Amino acid sequence: MLTKRIVPCLDIKNGRTVKGVNFVNLIDAGDPVELAKEYATHGADELVFLDISATQEARKTTKDMVLKVAEQVNIPFTVGGGISSIEDVSILLKNGADKVSVNSSAVKRPQLINELSEKFGSQCIVVAIDAKQVNDKWKVHLAGGTIETELNLFDWAQEVEQRGAGEILFTSMDHDGTKNGFANEALARLSKMVNIPIIASGGAGSIQHFSDAFTKGKADAALAASVFHFGEIEIIQLKKELQKQNIPVRL
Amino acid sequence: MKVTIIDYGAGNIKSIQFAFNRLGVEAILTNNSEEIKSADRVIFPGVGEASSAMNMLKKSKLNLLIPELKQPVLGICLGMQLLCNFTEEGNTQGLGIFDVSVKRFSDALKVPQMGWNSITDLKSPLFKNSNEQDYMYLVHSYFAEVCNQTIAKTNYGLTYSSALQNKNFYGVQFHPEKSSTAGEQILRNFIEL
Repeated sequence: MLTKRIVPCLDIKNGRTVKGVNFVNLIDAGDPVELAKEYATHGADELVFLDISATQEARKTTKDMVLKVAEQVNIPFTVGGGISSIEDVSILLKNGADKVSVNSSAVKRPQLINELSEKFGSQCIVVAIDAKQVNDKWKVHLAGGTIETELNLFDWAQEVEQRGAGEILFTSMDHDGTKNGFANEALARLSKMVNIPIIASGGAGSIQHFSDAFTKGKADAALAASVFHFGEIEIIQLKKELQKQNIPVRL
Repeated sequence: MKVTIIDYGAGNIKSIQFAFNRLGVEAILTNNSEEIKSADRVIFPGVGEASSAMNMLKKSKLNLLIPELKQPVLGICLGMQLLCNFTEEGNTQGLGIFDVSVKRFSDALKVPQMGWNSITDLKSPLFKNSNEQDYMYLVHSYFAEVCNQTIAKTNYGLTYSSALQNKNFYGVQFHPEKSSTAGEQILRNFIEL
């Protein structure tokens, strides 16, 4: 049976992990490779690296980092942040990334999704969508939620699927950072509407939240950052608990 | 031990090279027919779309070379599918090593299947030190049906071949190079065949 995936997300700046990461047995918690290896041996199913570097120059460091991660880590990983061209994707995949995620660049030029999926295959193209509710409507936002667009989450999700996205990473800006649980209603609606896997993101605070994202939200995978980085939730413990609740996981 | 990974322009193959390196085995990427013929083990990878991958093979005449290989050959993902008779993806004629067709998953399922699923009914030295129900990482929209060359099965809406074998040819639908320690074990088994 296909299992539900648990996905830690690492923010990367200038090739280093940012946001506090509190891992006791790491010599260098800022080293993405060390962290990735740690997660891989402790039950993570997949990893997402989000490059939040501000400049093209800094993003070059990320491409080198990707190569090092690919050399040393034996589970799949996705790289996102600042990807806007076939060349960007080509380098990342050549350096060993399994998937790339596009966000703003796809909103600005939707045809990019078609070009990428035709060139590299849908399986490696993730479209990340950040959205929040504005007057009861789920609006797609850009630049970390600061710029509102006219796009409706559900319309956009269907469009990216048609254009060849292989997976959707949906972050609810309303839930992100709250630790009050995922946006399960919107997730369930998305999951019903599109026929590609959905990764839930934003709001993880407890084990039950993950369970709800899979059962109520019908998500295929759940992503979180701080609850894992600070050791508030251990992935193995999380998975054991999910298994007790009859949610299929890889243990 | 010389492992050769056939490089015909299809997808992310460095991960396979890295996985062998982690096992302490050197693996080279090449499309040179002499290098491929003289290798102790050959990996036939593939990511992307079937008909364009087959065209790339034909361009370098690898479609003629591969079926003649005598050493253990391992097709991975699309590589495995191209070793089958036929695939519905782009209505592509395969190399016919595995006597089975490749079909698309039903739209009642999420397609592609993406993530970790278990392999069962293992019957081949390829799984010598593997366990029933081991989890493997899979990303695919098309599957090979079950046939008498099936050496591992997986269930996604239906039961299909997650691995095939015909003589010295092996094929796995999953990505052993991305399947944690369980995947590494399969690569090790392949080296030790």
